Amino acid sequence: MVACDSEIMSPQKRSKDAGVLEVRFVGDAEVLDHIVDKQEGVKVSKDMVQKLVTDLPDPGEKAGDEEDQDVFDEQDYVEALGTGAGAAGAENGSASIAGAAVFTFQSIKRSNKMAQMASAWARTPGKSVTFSTPDDEVTSPPRASKRQDSQNKTPQKGKKVQFVSTTPHRLRKRLSAPNLKSDSDSDLSPSNSEEDDEEEDGAKEKPVSVEATPKTPSKSAAAALYKTPSKKTKKVPEPDLVEEYFEAHSSSKVLTSDRTLQRLQIPRLDQETLCKLLDDCPSRYSEEIAQLNKDHEKHFSKWMLQLQLGFSVLLYGLGSKRPLLERFRTSMLSDSVHMVINGFFPSMTLKSILNSVTGEVLEHGGHFRTPMDQMDFIVEAMRRDPDFHVYLIIHNIDGPMLRSEKTQQTLGQLASIPNMHLLASIDHINAPLVWDQPTMSLFNWIWYETTTYLPYFQETSYENSLLVQQSGALALSSLTHVLRSLTPNARGIFRLLAEFQLENKDNPTYTGLSFQDFYQRCREAFLVNSDITLRTQLTEFRDHKLIRTKKGADGVEYLLIPVDAGTLTDFLEKEEAE
Amino acid sequence: MAAITASISKGCFVFKPSIKKKKRTLDAEDYFINGSDDCENGKQRFLLCQELWEDMKSETESVQDDLNKKVLDSLLEFARKSTSSFMSREEDWASHMRASEIPVAALVLGVNLTDHNMTFQSLSDRLQNSVTPFVVSVQAKECAAVKYLLQKVLQRLTGVSVDKDEEETSTDLPPNSAHCSLRSLCDWYKTVCKNSSGSSPGEKRSSSEMEFSANPPIIVIFRDLEAFSPRVLHAFILICSQYTQQLPLLFIFGIATSLSTVQRMLAHSVTSLLCIKLFQFSSCTKHLATVIDKLVLTPKFPFKPSGKVLQVLVGLFLYHDFSVHNFIKGLQLSLLEHFHDQPLSVLCCKKQEAVVRAQQLNHQEVENIRQLPSFMRFVEQQEPQEQVELLTSDEHVKEVCQKLLKGLHRYHKNFFPILRCLHVLTSSLPKYPLGKQIRELHVTCLEKDVWETEDYESAMQLLKILAKDELLTVLQNCVETLKSGKTKELRDALKHLQDLKDRLQQLDAFTDPSALGGHVEGRENECFSENGLQKKTDLFQLQKTLLQMKECRKTKKRSPFELLRNETIEYIDSLVKMHLTRPESQPLYEVCYCTSSGTLRHHLNATPRTSIQTALAHPYYYLQNEALRSETGAISSAAPDICIVYKLHLECGRLINLYDWLEAYCMVVTAADGEDSDPSEKGKFDEIRRACFIRAVSELEFLGFIKSTKQKTDHVARLTWGGC
Repeated sequence: MVACDSEIMSPQKRSKDAGVLEVRFVGDAEVLDHIVDKQEGVKVSKDMVQKLVTDLPDPGEKAGDEEDQDVFDEQDYVEALGTGAGAAGAENGSASIAGAAVFTFQSIKRSNKMAQMASAWARTPGKSVTFSTPDDEVTSPPRASKRQDSQNKTPQKGKKVQFVSTTPHRLRKRLSAPNLKSDSDSDLSPSNSEEDDEEEDGAKEKPVSVEATPKTPSKSAAAALYKTPSKKTKKVPEPDLVEEYFEAHSSSKVLTSDRTLQRLQIPRLDQETLCKLLDDCPSRYSEEIAQLNKDHEKHFSKWMLQLQLGFSVLLYGLGSKRPLLERFRTSMLSDSVHMVINGFFPSMTLKSILNSVTGEVLEHGGHFRTPMDQMDFIVEAMRRDPDFHVYLIIHNIDGPMLRSEKTQQTLGQLASIPNMHLLASIDHINAPLVWDQPTMSLFNWIWYETTTYLPYFQETSYENSLLVQQSGALALSSLTHVLRSLTPNARGIFRLLAEFQLENKDNPTYTGLSFQDFYQRCREAFLVNSDITLRTQLTEFRDHKLIRTKKGADGVEYLLIPVDAGTLTDFLEKEEAE
Repeated sequence: MAAITASISKGCFVFKPSIKKKKRTLDAEDYFINGSDDCENGKQRFLLCQELWEDMKSETESVQDDLNKKVLDSLLEFARKSTSSFMSREEDWASHMRASEIPVAALVLGVNLTDHNMTFQSLSDRLQNSVTPFVVSVQAKECAAVKYLLQKVLQRLTGVSVDKDEEETSTDLPPNSAHCSLRSLCDWYKTVCKNSSGSSPGEKRSSSEMEFSANPPIIVIFRDLEAFSPRVLHAFILICSQYTQQLPLLFIFGIATSLSTVQRMLAHSVTSLLCIKLFQFSSCTKHLATVIDKLVLTPKFPFKPSGKVLQVLVGLFLYHDFSVHNFIKGLQLSLLEHFHDQPLSVLCCKKQEAVVRAQQLNHQEVENIRQLPSFMRFVEQQEPQEQVELLTSDEHVKEVCQKLLKGLHRYHKNFFPILRCLHVLTSSLPKYPLGKQIRELHVTCLEKDVWETEDYESAMQLLKILAKDELLTVLQNCVETLKSGKTKELRDALKHLQDLKDRLQQLDAFTDPSALGGHVEGRENECFSENGLQKKTDLFQLQKTLLQMKECRKTKKRSPFELLRNETIEYIDSLVKMHLTRPESQPLYEVCYCTSSGTLRHHLNATPRTSIQTALAHPYYYLQNEALRSETGAISSAAPDICIVYKLHLECGRLINLYDWLEAYCMVVTAADGEDSDPSEKGKFDEIRRACFIRAVSELEFLGFIKSTKQKTDHVARLTWGGC
């Protein structure tokens, strides 16, 4: 909360600067210069840099002194923040991103800007291998280089050409909309997708030919044609903030291209192959990353010291902090009782945490009526034995299941027990908002920046990415397992529902089979004799999460199997085989 | 290793060390020693640090107690009185009427919620010690409904009795019973009272309990009144009002904002049942001022935060939380940092100890001293012969060091009284040129030589036009502040100032009979200065007056008063110049001053989002690889995947097309990797790229930059704006 406050305050500060305290900007730049110089020159360890820079005169303050005398408060405020900025810069140079850059209004974005940027970027690659663009064919340089890409690649890259070619439409549309204020282009939208399709078809028909010809002149010409205006708009002097703001918020319509992932010819990867691929893929900068992590490891004893003195340690920064905390755990905590809590775990609950503490750490067999009782018990038990130290490590204390106020409050109470020590990490950018002032003081955080650049492997493994093929393997096996334990009649009932659902799989408005219909069908198949039997059966299904019921608009219950069609087909086939 | 704590069915893992290989677990001291760079004097430093912290902590506690002593005392008095009125209720009608109201003490505590715990703790301790054993404290979050509130109150009350004496357990209620009601509380109270009055004093009652009256009041403390639901309070108060005849109830409301909340939350019909008395606690800024006064502005503690550290801490206080508790915590952290990181902090202790320790320094530590910038500066100022001595002989350094340490202590002893003096002089000046609070002046003095600032000059000029009576009062105050000084310099200064003051006072007596001309002129001048002071709100006028004064001075002969005034001010100026030099000018100041304001700020007031975005936008800051080096604003395409993906997403609007994103990413990465001529490898590379992209996107989602959306197929929504 505190941290966030400061960040949220920053824009205010900035705007104030802009208005009254222009001197500050100069000061900031100065500081930055100093830091950059030192860092480039010395950059051995962060501590060293810090020491060097702390001796520098504080520009924020200088600015403050030059201020008009009667704005005391303001001066103070800026001074205080100025120190902060200077100090922050001294620490690691993060001064390069100030609050003003982080918290801005929404700005207008052209839909094709990403592609433009990518191509521009691709032309100036990292030093490792220079990717030279043959300039002779370049009419519109970004496009050309992209074309180059596509030529050099497998047929599926032929797509890129079509990707390129559609851009002008978008571009034209976007350009005309704000500038000319004409609606003439707005009716392009529907036709647009058709055109897309056309082009797609074209591309599909002769991908080889596209590949064979070094370039498709007409298209590149077209690209060049439309390219020019876009450049012009870029050169247009920046309108002032207010105008920009309203322009950005004028329409709720989102303009993005209509391309979907269906166009990728390679099937979606499933989780398993993804993991395998990522394992194979060598990580770049492993040396630097290792160095970075080694720097963090130097703090281990300090963390222990601060934990013992009643503070809690909170780690933040980009990259997974799990390996770091694991190393801390194994190197420092092997002799003491400790507990690891995966906050990112999707079914983590406060209850399970408290139960682990009471059940496994304190070895208490009983049950508790409320978490509050349980808390009281823990506090009492820990108080009775002050030499018994327990260390809690919470990976992602900002995890989705731990975000509620009550949970954080309880965790804070745990942390405030003198012989309970807490180490936690946060990753979400808005994580500090979880805590209010009283909770913060319960936790008594000491923040440590530990940027590791390590992939969030474990943390994201529970997420369902859009790009990953959800394999129905798990669902299928659980289906068959549950079904096998049921009576033949019950299986019949389920199959009936499954078949009906498959019949309707192409119907987008299908909401499920109504109970009455279902009952009728079951009766006809001699599966049930009364609706009570059916209801009992359905309850059982529901308990096993095999079906889902939903009340329709007319108050009728609709039954649905929450499994995708493919898995269901597989299931039915398997059933048949048996 | 990681596999142990990863599971798809479980999120908590408990580890216990095997009992057989249990060795002595390390404590804080060991970690302190391990963590600091050289472990020779680590133990000493840690002990010093702990000792100092204990001292400081007890000091803050006494400050806390003293500060609200008066209010708490009157509160206790109020509690006692309400009891007596309860007892005398049968006698007269008026008190009977009053007794049907529930006495309420409303404590206005201020918005710094985190500090309230301390206050309530000391309050309930005091109440339990001197007024009644029956004190219950409830918080809003435990009392979502009247039922729970009643339950809590009853449970805690009866719990108290169980702790006190065992034989009463039979009479109390089952703690979790559903029929927690005030009636049962009444019954319980009657039994308890009967027992306590019936029991002979020889029984195991503590002496403090003997002081309680026959009918000790039951005090319910509502810690955070604003957070309670009005309905619950309504019901509870109505119920309680029915029992005022049987139970001597007393409520204490903890209010963070203002008394009007009570009116706003409770209807008139309810408030009319209450007899509210207001108790205003001192504001948190005053509390802070006292804490700074007692911990920082005193030579008592050798540890000193530098100006920047103070600025950071005060800034956190003023702009974030108003919490004195957090300020003290920050001070503790800076103390820890100082002792942890500065090996020479071993000398940061009481004078005698420091001198002894300086004698025992080993070679390494002497080397450390030689490398201190302030010591180097000191060496440069010495004679060449002396310089050689200092650089070669350890023994000599030790001797000099002892001298310097003594000098440093003396400097502190002089510094603070003179600082207070200067503050007394300038804090009443118009527009407060040197700050309203002494902490502002203190920070200025720590950062630079105060007499070189413009503010100081203008303050001195303003002082030079003070009227006589004003000058006399501030001088009197100065003399008072200096009286506590113990050093020779301060005693001299005190004597001198006393002398000046006496002369000023005698001036009246002397001027009247003395030269008439001078007297007239003096009058004139005095009128003049008074004129100037009447217009003191206008700076322009003031400057004009000052200019005129100068002219006057040139033309006219000065009155004795003026001469004396100038002498006084000049003397004070000389005092300031002598004693208020900035600490950096003192050799060995590093021993006592904690300068790591940056670290402190990072630990207390971190900016996680900025750090994440810096890491994403400028990976070179963290990964010192030349490949990542680029001009500001751009990043190399060889950057880590997540940086590239992040950078690309900045170019998008509210929705991001995943397909386009992937294409753009592939393009950038392909360019960076260079083209592989082998076409058979192509497919594989593509897949890897895809996999990397997927990972980067899901990491961005995990960090909260994007989220999946159903607005459009294969699109994700962007959640942040800005970034570079």
